[in-house]
Amino acid sequence: MLKNMQKNGFILGAFAIAATSLVVATQYLTADRIEEQQRSELLRTLNALIPAAQHDNDLYADCTLIAAPEALGAPQQPIYRSRLDGQSNALAIRATATDGYSGNIHFLVAINVNGQVQGVRVLQHRETPGLGDKIELKKSDWVLSFDGERVRSENDSRWAVRRDNGMFDQFTGATITPRALVNAVRKAVWYGQENSQALFNAPANCYAENPEIAAIDVVEQTE
Amino acid sequence: MSSEFHTLSKDGLWENNPALVQLLGLCPLLAVSGTITNALGLGIATLLVLVGSNITVSLVRNFVPNEIRIPVFVIVIATFVTLVELTMNAFTYGLYMALGIFIPLIVTNCAIIGRAEAYASKNNWYKAGFDGLMMGLGFAAVLVALGAMRELIGQGTLFDGAELLLGEWASSLRVQLIEFDYPLLIAILPPGAFIGLGFLIAGKNWLDARKREKLAKAPVEKAQRARVTHVS
Repeated sequence: MLKNMQKNGFILGAFAIAATSLVVATQYLTADRIEEQQRSELLRTLNALIPAAQHDNDLYADCTLIAAPEALGAPQQPIYRSRLDGQSNALAIRATATDGYSGNIHFLVAINVNGQVQGVRVLQHRETPGLGDKIELKKSDWVLSFDGERVRSENDSRWAVRRDNGMFDQFTGATITPRALVNAVRKAVWYGQENSQALFNAPANCYAENPEIAAIDVVEQTE
Repeated sequence: MSSEFHTLSKDGLWENNPALVQLLGLCPLLAVSGTITNALGLGIATLLVLVGSNITVSLVRNFVPNEIRIPVFVIVIATFVTLVELTMNAFTYGLYMALGIFIPLIVTNCAIIGRAEAYASKNNWYKAGFDGLMMGLGFAAVLVALGAMRELIGQGTLFDGAELLLGEWASSLRVQLIEFDYPLLIAILPPGAFIGLGFLIAGKNWLDARKREKLAKAPVEKAQRARVTHVS
């Protein structure tokens, strides 16, 4: 009985070890490729928002992790800085709309130093196919309606869908999705323009082993 | 010998199809059959896991005592799913993002452990591998059929997003067959998956019933044959 249990335990252990080594080996072989994929995916989006001629730094590397859950929708979000000849000229902020129709909507918004929106791209979402997914550039060019806009005050009432008397179209049959995205973009843009100096000066720490999240001094937002 | 392989293919693809007859693995089947691309991606992933786990289970069946066979099967299946997941993450990144949680969830597809227990643990490795291949193909075929139905009715296209699975050249595969002013949402949403699967099962049963009827009508002719030259 005891001997049998020992034998079974031994066999089970051997299987566990063999299986784990196989997974470790595959992980080791694919890790670089996976990182490369994620990087190129992000770079494609970044380059669409901030054209190559606008910067001479490595956008992907010049990235800072920011803890501003209120404004950006998640505990920490990366912000990419664009600079040309040492002059900072744009920020690409990753942010999350938490009140979509179905889960979080992750997006990237780029603003220039004057606070003008250069572009918005949705990175990941689970909105209803055929209705809410018009926030993807692949499905509809609605997301381009942010281009060139500014946020004039923290609760700029123009930043809403038409049904709420704002300046952005809603979609037929889907108001919740665009409303969530418009609000989240407004918050992210306002945060970016109010803190732009601090964000440009924050350390590039996205890829550090244990990044110390920059707790930049948030500008007091007066009414 | 060959007749055994014949039976295995017939079982996997039709008679004992994991999705239409055994009704196993419905969770991924219903969840990711919104487009052909997603369906095909998950179908291929499941197929690879099935073949891999069947062959491995069959190879180790003589070393594994009966009492611990289930945990061993689970380890084997989980390993193959992780390997497939890592590989998809590395080489078909777009599809990996589109399928999301359903790749790791292949591990919970009862069709896989079902085949390991029912077939692979009792037969040699090439038969087990072949059984995995046929069961996988049967499952993938139902997935793709359901994906095609839902995609066509829901958004009027076929092969939308094929480039996620096959590379950039495949974006030209996309065909818009019907233009909707308003998509037929029910087909894309989960209820559409249930209804679609219901129709597929009903269709299969109807075909089977018709076949049985034909057989029942024709026995007289067969009985007239005096000598049976070949017993199959």
